[in-house]
Amino acid sequence: MTAAASGALAATRALDSLAREDRGRLLSALIARLRDFELAEEALQDAMISAVSHWGRSGVPASPRGWLLQVAYRKAIDRIRQRTSDTKVANGLALLTENETSTDDPEMIPDERLRLIFTCCHPAIEPKSQVALTLRTLGGLSTPEIARAFLDQDSTMGQRLSRAKAKIADAGIPYAVPEPDAWPARLTSVLTVIYLIFNAGYTAGPSVGRDLAEEAIWLCRMLDRLRPADPEIEGCLALLLLTQARREARTDADGVTVPLAAQDRSRWDRAAIAEGVATVERALGRRSPGPFQIKAAIAACHSEGEQSDWPQIVALYNVLLALEPTPVVRLNRAVALAEDGGMETAMGELDLLSDALSDYQPYHAARAELLVRLNDVTGAQAAYTKAIALAPSGADAAFLRAKLNALGP
Amino acid sequence: MKYMLLIYNDPARQPAFGTPEFQAMMGGYFALNQRMTSDGVLRGGEGLKGVETATSLRIKAGKVETMDGPFAETKEQLGGYYIIEVADLDAALTYAALVPSAAHGTIEVRPLMDYNPAG
Repeated sequence: MTAAASGALAATRALDSLAREDRGRLLSALIARLRDFELAEEALQDAMISAVSHWGRSGVPASPRGWLLQVAYRKAIDRIRQRTSDTKVANGLALLTENETSTDDPEMIPDERLRLIFTCCHPAIEPKSQVALTLRTLGGLSTPEIARAFLDQDSTMGQRLSRAKAKIADAGIPYAVPEPDAWPARLTSVLTVIYLIFNAGYTAGPSVGRDLAEEAIWLCRMLDRLRPADPEIEGCLALLLLTQARREARTDADGVTVPLAAQDRSRWDRAAIAEGVATVERALGRRSPGPFQIKAAIAACHSEGEQSDWPQIVALYNVLLALEPTPVVRLNRAVALAEDGGMETAMGELDLLSDALSDYQPYHAARAELLVRLNDVTGAQAAYTKAIALAPSGADAAFLRAKLNALGP
Repeated sequence: MKYMLLIYNDPARQPAFGTPEFQAMMGGYFALNQRMTSDGVLRGGEGLKGVETATSLRIKAGKVETMDGPFAETKEQLGGYYIIEVADLDAALTYAALVPSAAHGTIEVRPLMDYNPAG
């Protein structure tokens, strides 16, 4: 191998090992300084390209991150110069150049990812764009990767990301961690984005490019590190871990959904369950309950022991319903009630929800299940048929069809 | 940055003149005006008369067309506005949440165009 080739190889390896952790940190630091998402991304990209040739020729620097940050600043300044001939802007640039000398030490690179994630998940941005922007800037996914995960065209996703970045700049969305009074609502926004990312991956399975379920867990761990001891962040992490732990067991060899009660518990990831349970216990110990903590506690009741602890689950759903009085929570509580022996109360609850959840597949599936137990075969058949028509995935449809067929002709 | 808070509400859902709810709403506006003035963010604002007083105009093929009524017939109508100057959208949203009509209408928050970004 020639010296040049081995140098290029070392440079590429060093860049690869920087990975997404560093990319997000560098980007968050650049945006903090430049206050421009688009410019920061372009500048970091320029710096990465420079690194391949420079590091290949002169070796990998002692502080690759510090090097990239400095070069990215310089590249950003070049880009601003090309854009403008304004003297005031040029003076501002002199200031930028002065500041960059203080970033030699990689430990001095500020970690601004908390500000970054709160900006990406700002409620003034459309929810789908919040998800896309978070995956792009913090997860480092490429636009085509995000497009594939959401079954969009690359160009559509590219436009979505550009529009979101333009709105941040034009509407004056701050690059800031919210004030304490706004914290709970804004945190819910962030955790909802993480949960949506998780669900997208959980539904699609790991076959679709990057594993979004793992990505969501990674993001939630990052959030937990950046803001330790927040019970709702811990609750969300626990919920994701406990759900992910059952992933292998949730479909059978033919790809058909296996309901929780019928799952082979030996296929559950015990380490993930242990970590999830410990995390939710830590969260609840902080005595500030929230929806994610309660949902995680419910998931824990399903995961520990030989079978689900239904009385405890009903009690937790009552707490959750007070925090989050939605039809879906009422449905889930009704299902738990039925399992806990309150079949008639459960059926009465479901009847009250028929309008609110008429297009919601789990509603019809749950109703069918209860009707079977009440020996109302005709009613159950109609409910299964409705659920199959609304099923979001082939695995779910196959599971429901098997249930319907088992009822006989 | 300068923002306009556009106050939209449905007159049918707004408290009726003379009721305690109406008094409370006016008290809320008074308190908000004072707060924005003392915070030094208020740059302007007015209430509008009802849409039954509106006249719309457009020019078609060089001819002025004048019509009775608002630009769009919707339940929620533009009832007034504030212009405020604050650091960012979060600050603007904080004031928007204090507009009493937010309780029964919608406040749209729009940044004003900046014609001289470098200045």
